[in-house]
Amino acid sequence: MTEIALDLSEDVTVLRRARRQRLQDVAFRTATLFFAVLVLLILGGVAVALIDGAMPAIRAFGVGFVTTEVWNPVTDQFGALAPIYGTLVTAAIAMLVGIPVSFGIALFITEMCPTWLKRPLGIAIELLAGIPSIIYGIWGLFVFAPFMQSTVQPFLIDTVGQLPVLENIFMGPPYGIGVLTAGLILGIMVLPFITSITRDVFETVPPMVRESAYGLGATTWEVVWNVVLPYTRTGVVGGVMLGLGRALGETMAVTFVIGNAHRISSSILAPGTTISASIANEFTEAVGDVYTSALIAMGLILFLITFVVLSAAKIMLIRLQRKAGA
Amino acid sequence: MNAIYLRRKAVNRVALSLALGAAGFGLFWLVAILWTLLFNGLSSINLALFTENTPPPGGEGGLLNAIFGSVVMTTVATLVGTPVGIMAGTYLAEFGRGAKLAEVVRFINDILLSAPSIMVGLFIYEVVVVRMGHFSAWAGALALAVIVIPVVVRTTEDMLKLVPNSLREAAAALGAPQWKVITLVAYRAARNGIITGVLLAIARISGETAPLLFTALNNQFWSADMNAPMANLPVVIFQYAMSPYEDWRQLAWGGALLITVTILLLNIGARVLAGLGTTRK
Repeated sequence: MTEIALDLSEDVTVLRRARRQRLQDVAFRTATLFFAVLVLLILGGVAVALIDGAMPAIRAFGVGFVTTEVWNPVTDQFGALAPIYGTLVTAAIAMLVGIPVSFGIALFITEMCPTWLKRPLGIAIELLAGIPSIIYGIWGLFVFAPFMQSTVQPFLIDTVGQLPVLENIFMGPPYGIGVLTAGLILGIMVLPFITSITRDVFETVPPMVRESAYGLGATTWEVVWNVVLPYTRTGVVGGVMLGLGRALGETMAVTFVIGNAHRISSSILAPGTTISASIANEFTEAVGDVYTSALIAMGLILFLITFVVLSAAKIMLIRLQRKAGA
Repeated sequence: MNAIYLRRKAVNRVALSLALGAAGFGLFWLVAILWTLLFNGLSSINLALFTENTPPPGGEGGLLNAIFGSVVMTTVATLVGTPVGIMAGTYLAEFGRGAKLAEVVRFINDILLSAPSIMVGLFIYEVVVVRMGHFSAWAGALALAVIVIPVVVRTTEDMLKLVPNSLREAAAALGAPQWKVITLVAYRAARNGIITGVLLAIARISGETAPLLFTALNNQFWSADMNAPMANLPVVIFQYAMSPYEDWRQLAWGGALLITVTILLLNIGARVLAGLGTTRK
């Protein structure tokens, strides 16, 4: 001990350099810590800014804000029920389309696809995820909505629209744009997100487990349904929730095709609106504090909904990760 | 026995056909969207698109000011967001192993990664636009930077974790302090991966519309003033596509094609770069 101390005291520059380096280390570490905390502050900032901006509307309407449908900028009466309803319905339609199709694609990639095709197919799916939502929007408005109007919606009105009960859901003239069109486009948009996670979690199944089932004579479908799916359940649900989070908050694609009508209709062929579409459409035109604040309050509602959904998704994926790691 | 066997085979065949159909369905939309984009957009790609400003309805023009605005705001956002993201990612990968704080940051970062981008727009509107009293390109760039950060944090952390610890230990054994180990050794080993993350972040923000709607707004004219509203491709596409004027819609298609091609190239470039990184290790 004393020898080392002597050595150091003999060579003061070494000591000094060591001290300087320790200081630099601490400085670097603190700097990275600062930026990591900044990430937390951003989310906190979003929450605080939204609450702050929503206060006038909350004060003016209270709980009634989420239970009334009226949306009248002239008399400054605002209720968020129609956009909330539209958000939930479009997301539900998106999930009805997105879940089975993504599951099928993931099944195809992991169990059926020849090895040489796996990579290109995976890349194609990921490119689909990279296409920005405004492209889906412009495509939806000019290509998909006219197709819905001329082909799909008349067909729906003439067939299921004639049945009792269902006639309420498929009622009215074929507008082309509307809740169903928006939901279907959302369904296409969430495909890549759900697919890539489902595929990834499918691949966490140990080959031993999978091969044992095949060894017992199970068919591919039985392996997927009875072995792979139960093993990866939490991960698959996590992926679905992540897709749901996207569908709930998606803005531009919906804004183009939903028609922006603040009303709740039983028919999914009718125009409607969602939280994000209302904000995108009306925010810059909103005159007066209450109007702006009402839109921000809807943003706050969207924040709460997506925060819960995305947190649940994340927790489920972490749980599967732990299981795969153990 | 035989009936059960046949039924199982039939179920299997039906299920696999459906899976095949689903894969075809997914690819069909990719092809359909790209095809309509090419079909409608190619005819508006000409020299004027890159040399003239956005026209009034019925006039001749291009998208020069919008392209310029998008490039400027994307660049500023990347310059602001990347260092923040890399530093935060470094904390998670190098210092935060096992720390409670790191776990929380990771969790929140993943939520930011998937959070609706329109909320980022509202956030920046509240803290920047309202304070400054007017829309500005700074606000737009900041909104985009907030979207860059989580992407870069995530890839930086993932890539730094791939760097073998033996490299760090070797550098430390030579007497290098930790900050030098990280900046000179770990960063260098993870360089391709980190650049990949930045490219993906750029691809992500170059098509983002919602956060710009009420931050940068839009500008009919040429403007290089960061303190004023600035034209940008996504918002111009939005406005022009929703307009009743045929020539504006045509420009919107041209802009849409331009953005998509840029994003696809960035994505492919990022993937190629990531591939290079793995083969060298």
